[in-house]
Amino acid sequence: MNSDLRREIILEHNQHPKHFGLVGNDFEKIKANNTSCIDQFDLEIKIVGDKLIDLHFAGEGCAISKSTTSIMCDLVIGKSIDEAKKIINNYLAMISERPYDKELLDEAIVFSEVYKQPNRITCATLTWSALSEYLETK
Amino acid sequence: MDTNEFNYLNPQIMYFDNGATTFKPQSMIEATADYYANFSTNIHRGDYDLSLKAELAYENTRELVAHLIKAKNKQEIIFTSGTTEGINMIVEGFFKQILKERDEIVLTLTEHASNILPWYRLSDELGLTIKFIPLNESNEVTLEALKHTITNKTKVVSLAHITNTIGDIRDIKAISEYLHEQGIYLLVDAAQSIAHTKIDVIDMDIDFLIFSGHKMYGPTGTGVVYGKMPYLKKMQPLILGGGMNDEFDESGDYTLKPVPYCFEAGTPNIAGVIGLGKSVEMLLKIGLLKIEGYERDLREYAIEKLKMLPHIVIYNEHNAGHTILFNIKDVFAQDTAIYLNQFGICVRAGSHCAKMMPKVLGIKNTCRITFGIYNTKSQIDFLVKALAQGADDVYGDVI
Repeated sequence: MNSDLRREIILEHNQHPKHFGLVGNDFEKIKANNTSCIDQFDLEIKIVGDKLIDLHFAGEGCAISKSTTSIMCDLVIGKSIDEAKKIINNYLAMISERPYDKELLDEAIVFSEVYKQPNRITCATLTWSALSEYLETK
Repeated sequence: MDTNEFNYLNPQIMYFDNGATTFKPQSMIEATADYYANFSTNIHRGDYDLSLKAELAYENTRELVAHLIKAKNKQEIIFTSGTTEGINMIVEGFFKQILKERDEIVLTLTEHASNILPWYRLSDELGLTIKFIPLNESNEVTLEALKHTITNKTKVVSLAHITNTIGDIRDIKAISEYLHEQGIYLLVDAAQSIAHTKIDVIDMDIDFLIFSGHKMYGPTGTGVVYGKMPYLKKMQPLILGGGMNDEFDESGDYTLKPVPYCFEAGTPNIAGVIGLGKSVEMLLKIGLLKIEGYERDLREYAIEKLKMLPHIVIYNEHNAGHTILFNIKDVFAQDTAIYLNQFGICVRAGSHCAKMMPKVLGIKNTCRITFGIYNTKSQIDFLVKALAQGADDVYGDVI
C-alpha cells in the first residue's frame, strides 16, 4: 500500500471514527488507558452466545490510537469470539514484527509500519490489547 | 542567559520541558563524576580523609541551599529524593501527629498529584475534610477566595508556589501573613518555582517548603524539605535505620540524632547532593531575579509570536510565570508533540499530573512549554516556524 493511501485511511478514521460514542445499558464495559501517555478510551461490547454482536468506543487519543480503534471495531463486529481473537493476534503480531496473515487484517494493514516508530506502538495496540484481555476471559 | 555551563548541549535539540526536568550544568556533572571517581566514600565515617571530604562536600550543599532560600539555620534543610517524598514526609511525619477528626485541609484544583494524594490518604485515615480554594477567571488563587474558604476548623493550607500547568505565581507572602494571623500552617510546593523565582522563607514566612533537585538543574533523585525548626523537632521520621540514630540497646530503647539527620536514614544520595551544590552555586551566581526576568521575556516573546498563528490556541496567556499551555486547533496534544519531535523540539503533552485541571480549563490535554535558562529567542522562532508549517499538515510525516 502506498503511503498516501495509508495516510488517507488513517486520517479518515481519525477525523470520522466509526462506532464512536457510548450507548450504555446492556453493554459490557472495557477500559483502555495508557499509563505511559495520555490516550484514554472506553469500549462497550455486546456478546451473544459466542458471537461479538456489537462494539463501540469513546474517549480521547492520538490519531493512531483513535483510527486503529475505529478499524478494529469494523473488523471484529459480527465475528465469533475465536475469529476475533485470531484477528487481534494477527494484528499484534504485525505490530511486533512477527509473521502474520495479511488477509485477516483488511484495512488494519495501514499500521504495518508502526514498528518503525517505537513511541507509537502503544498507541497502535492500546485498545486491541484491552479487547484481547477481555476476550481471554470469555 | 549569561553562563557557559550548557555549552555542551546539542544545538539540534530544543528542550522546552523544563517543568518536567532540566538539563544539567557542566560543573554539576563534573562534581558528581569527581565524587564517584575520586572520593566515593560514605559520610559519617570521618576516620579517614576521603570520608571527611565526602561529608564536607555533602554538608556544604546544605549551607548553599539554606543560603539560596534564605533559611536562618542550615539544620532546617533536609535532603530527600524529591518533592514527592518531601510532601509525603511532612504530611505523614508532621500533620498526621497533630491533625484531628473534622480538621480541614485547604488545597486547590491545580495542584500536582504529589500535593493531593498524600492529603487524601491522611484524610481517609483521620476523618479530615478537604476543601479547594475556588479559582478566579484566570484560574488563579486570590487572597479573597482563600479567606472565604478557610474556617475555624482549617489547620493547614498546602499549595504550589507556581503551578505546573498554567504556571500562575501565588502571592505566598500575603497568603502566609493572613494564615498565620489565624494560626494556620502553610506548606508550599516549590517544585516549579525554585529555579525560576526568588524565594525567601523568612520574608515569606513559610512553615514548610519542598522542592526537587532535578528541576533546578540538579541531579535526579535529590530534593529538599525546609521546615521551621520547632516544627521539624515535632516531626516523626518515617524511615528508621542507620545514620539517623544516636544509640539503641537490647531493651528496645533508642534515641535519634538531632534534626535534620534523624530524617536522612540510610546512606543518602551523596553524589546527588554534592552535585546539587553546584547547581545551587550556578543559580546564585546568575541570580534568580535575572533568571525570572529572562524567562518572562522569553515567554512574552513566544506568546506574541504564537498569537500570530490563527490555528494555535493558548490557554494561559494572561498568567505570569514561565509556562505556556497551547494546542493546535482540532489536533490532539500528543499528535502535536510527536510532530514537533521531528524537528528536535521537546514539549510535553497531557494533563501534566494535575488530573483535576480539565475541570478548570475545560480541556483535558494540552501541550506545555516550560522555559529554562538555556532557552533562546531563536529556539522560539524555530518552534513557531514548525507550528506555522503544521497548520497545513500536522500529520505530515508522523503517519
